[in-house]
Amino acid sequence: MGFLELEHIHHSYFSSTQAKEVLRDISLTIQEGEFVSFIGPSGCGKTTLLSIIAGLFRSTEGKVFIDNEEISPHNQSLIGYMLQQDYLFPWKTIEENVTIGLKLIERNKKSHKVTANALLQEIGLPHVGSSYPRELSGGMRQRVALARTLAVNPKILLLDEPFSALDYQSKLKLEDLVVETLKAYHKTAILVTHDIGEAIAMSERVFLFSANPGTLHKVFEIPTELQELSPFDVRQHPAYSEVFQTIWKELESLG
Amino acid sequence: MDNKQFKQYLQLLKKEKRFVRLYQLIILVVFFGGWELFSRLEWIDRLIFSSPTRVWHTFIEKVSDGSLTLHVSVTLMETIIGFIAGTLLGTLIATVLWWSPMLSKILDPYLVILNAMPKVALGPILIVALGPGYFSIIAMGALISIIITTIVVYTAFKGVDPNYSKVLQTFGATRWQTFKEVILPASFPTIISTLKVNVGLSWVGVIVGEFLVASKGLGYLIIYGFQVFNFNLVLMSLLIIAFFATIMYQIVELIEKAIIKNNG
Repeated sequence: MGFLELEHIHHSYFSSTQAKEVLRDISLTIQEGEFVSFIGPSGCGKTTLLSIIAGLFRSTEGKVFIDNEEISPHNQSLIGYMLQQDYLFPWKTIEENVTIGLKLIERNKKSHKVTANALLQEIGLPHVGSSYPRELSGGMRQRVALARTLAVNPKILLLDEPFSALDYQSKLKLEDLVVETLKAYHKTAILVTHDIGEAIAMSERVFLFSANPGTLHKVFEIPTELQELSPFDVRQHPAYSEVFQTIWKELESLG
Repeated sequence: MDNKQFKQYLQLLKKEKRFVRLYQLIILVVFFGGWELFSRLEWIDRLIFSSPTRVWHTFIEKVSDGSLTLHVSVTLMETIIGFIAGTLLGTLIATVLWWSPMLSKILDPYLVILNAMPKVALGPILIVALGPGYFSIIAMGALISIIITTIVVYTAFKGVDPNYSKVLQTFGATRWQTFKEVILPASFPTIISTLKVNVGLSWVGVIVGEFLVASKGLGYLIIYGFQVFNFNLVLMSLLIIAFFATIMYQIVELIEKAIIKNNG
């Protein structure tokens, strides 16, 4: 059995005018330490699926297992969730922002400061602990958001287009940092993105979803020689554009 | 070169500030000077509009016999308690409504009615229910701001970007933790701006309350002065109210600056 198991996930949203099916029969398995990407056209329910894995709400049908435990809103696993924007709390210092997850879980404050400092060091921002988010650039803030998700030592990281609001240069740098950090901690991660290049550069497998309703269309295995490189170097590799073309054509065929 | 231009810029700023202050002072002097002058020339009715010097004499007289301190402190106490009670209770009700979306749906039309209702019209009922004393005047000062505080703060609670709450929910936060860590601090700017409105409203409530029932306080002095046709007394009370209401407003602004500093 894999580390993360989705079994026949169906999900529908109900409103007073209609019932909309967003996910249909999604089953997949992800191994521990694996980095995978979910890509697909808008409306394929990627973010909904991520929320279900996070245990924010229950799917209409189907089951989610993380580390052999069934996930539900009453039994959330320790997860790290990164959103499109950093959503750092402007009224808290960087250190308080990084340790907010720890604060919610347990109250021993002394170890929090140590964890925060170590993580800020790790992400290359050792001296900003007492600053406020507004004093940092967009790229730096998203790095702090990464530290915040890692602080609780999550079993799995869910990255919901975390680079989409950044400028290109910051995005490339942060991609490298994320892959490097997650490999160092041997973390399992799912990246949701609509950028094929990003998916290839960062992950070991790419799950392509089709829309209306969202179904798992195809899974691409990224060649081993690319998996070993940093995201930046993957983009320079001759094999990169070949993989890109394959996925691009498949995505086009979905209309 | 840059340094020189910067200095020039600073001087310009200073000059502008002096200019503004000067004209503010001129308006003040013209107002009181004109009032005094028109009154002496009897262009306005001295019995009704009094004059700054006569108001001043009344002020000195009331200060020296000690009665003014009493009236001012009574009104100030009522206003401050009414203001704090109105803001706290309003925020508390908003919290309860946020906590229970069902309750907020049920109570929605009643909030609209209570908000539309002129609260001072409840004065006589308050006095009958709570007795003719400080308590009903304070209740009036609070009542006038509770509902509007509830509505504004509840709207602010609901308007907090749901992604902030989502961040906490991914850490498994309880509803109470979400409220304490996100909803309340994110709404502080709105709560502070309702404080500013409530300062003014509480003065209205308390003064009307004193009109109706009191035997002490600035509202009482106004009504008493009106009844015995002593408009020196009425105008003096008005000026004192203006003075203290401004001070309270300034204090709220200072609190705002201290709290909002990092909330932007």
